Amino acid sequence: MDRWPDHKAWFLVLPVAVLVAFSAIIPLMTVVNYSLQDVLGGTYFFVGAEWFEQLLHSDALHGALQRQFIFSFTVLAIEMPLGVAIALALPRRGWQVSLCLVLVALPLLIPWNVVGTIWQIFGRSDIGLGGWTLNELGIAYNYTSNSVDAWLTIVVMEVWHWTPLVVLLAYAGLQAIPDAYYQAAKIDGASAWAVFRYIQLPKMRGVLTIALLLRFMDSFMIYTEPFVVTGGGPGNSTTFLSQYLTRLAVGQFDLGPAAAFSIIYFLIILVFCYVFYRALEGIGKGAP
Amino acid sequence: MAWTTPTAIFFVTIFLLLCGMTVWEVVQPTVPRKGLLPLVTTRGDRFFISLLSGAWLHLAWMFFTDITLWVPLAIMAVGMAAILRWG
Repeated sequence: MDRWPDHKAWFLVLPVAVLVAFSAIIPLMTVVNYSLQDVLGGTYFFVGAEWFEQLLHSDALHGALQRQFIFSFTVLAIEMPLGVAIALALPRRGWQVSLCLVLVALPLLIPWNVVGTIWQIFGRSDIGLGGWTLNELGIAYNYTSNSVDAWLTIVVMEVWHWTPLVVLLAYAGLQAIPDAYYQAAKIDGASAWAVFRYIQLPKMRGVLTIALLLRFMDSFMIYTEPFVVTGGGPGNSTTFLSQYLTRLAVGQFDLGPAAAFSIIYFLIILVFCYVFYRALEGIGKGAP
Repeated sequence: MAWTTPTAIFFVTIFLLLCGMTVWEVVQPTVPRKGLLPLVTTRGDRFFISLLSGAWLHLAWMFFTDITLWVPLAIMAVGMAAILRWG
């Protein structure tokens, strides 16, 4: 056996390597460099790990991280079962399929800042249909002054915006199940629950894993929609990690702490990326 | 922004480690295996896991104690060798 295969093909990867270097590696190196420096009057001081130590003991960061996890797990807990339920309810054959899929997918086509604007207006108690109706029904609702209302608005908006993705993936998984499974279940007299539990759910496992991980990553990095709707308020009640980072970097121009925070954020995302990668690899290899 | 010697040493070390791993892979291609870690890993996986664990170890160290960062660095070096060998 030839132990020295021809590696000349690796040179073809060079353009991509150069591109990645300029788009990702060099900016990352810059961020690392910023995270270890302080700027005072145009002079740069090496401060070591000071910004990291400061941030790791910062209540603002702990609060933003805590809110971020609560938000991500809340929307996942709603979107996943709701997405599967809607996918199960969709028609399987006929002209209705295309119509339903287009209607379901509509929120996905709307730009994120527009989604934020829609819900910002919709939730207003003076001119917004949603906010006005709730107040007319006797429910005191005001997302600009009440933290619970602000959270409710953002969670509902996120569910409205992204559940269609789960629906489409789950529906694709359902459509891929051969009819023979359903015929066998019918012969055995299986109930609808048994069909779901022992045929549909196991067969959707791959796509649901992808949906779960995609949605988690996406919700974990959410920025635009809550920024447009609540601006992180009232107080800091809807300030998530991205908003906190932007406030540090662009609002206060604290480049050192912002860079250190970016690295911590990056490390969190990297852990989830690796889990994502391993899960997808497992699905690709046909792992149960 | 001024580039500093510590950041240069950091990136050069990472770069040299990656170069070393590449040469090692070319000379002796990795075989996925299951060691002490609860998943099947290649050499690159173990390297990545040890680097990431090292980064988190440093952050945890800074969170829990004020003792010098040379200690977690030493632990990371030993841990990296152990994960690459038995992980």
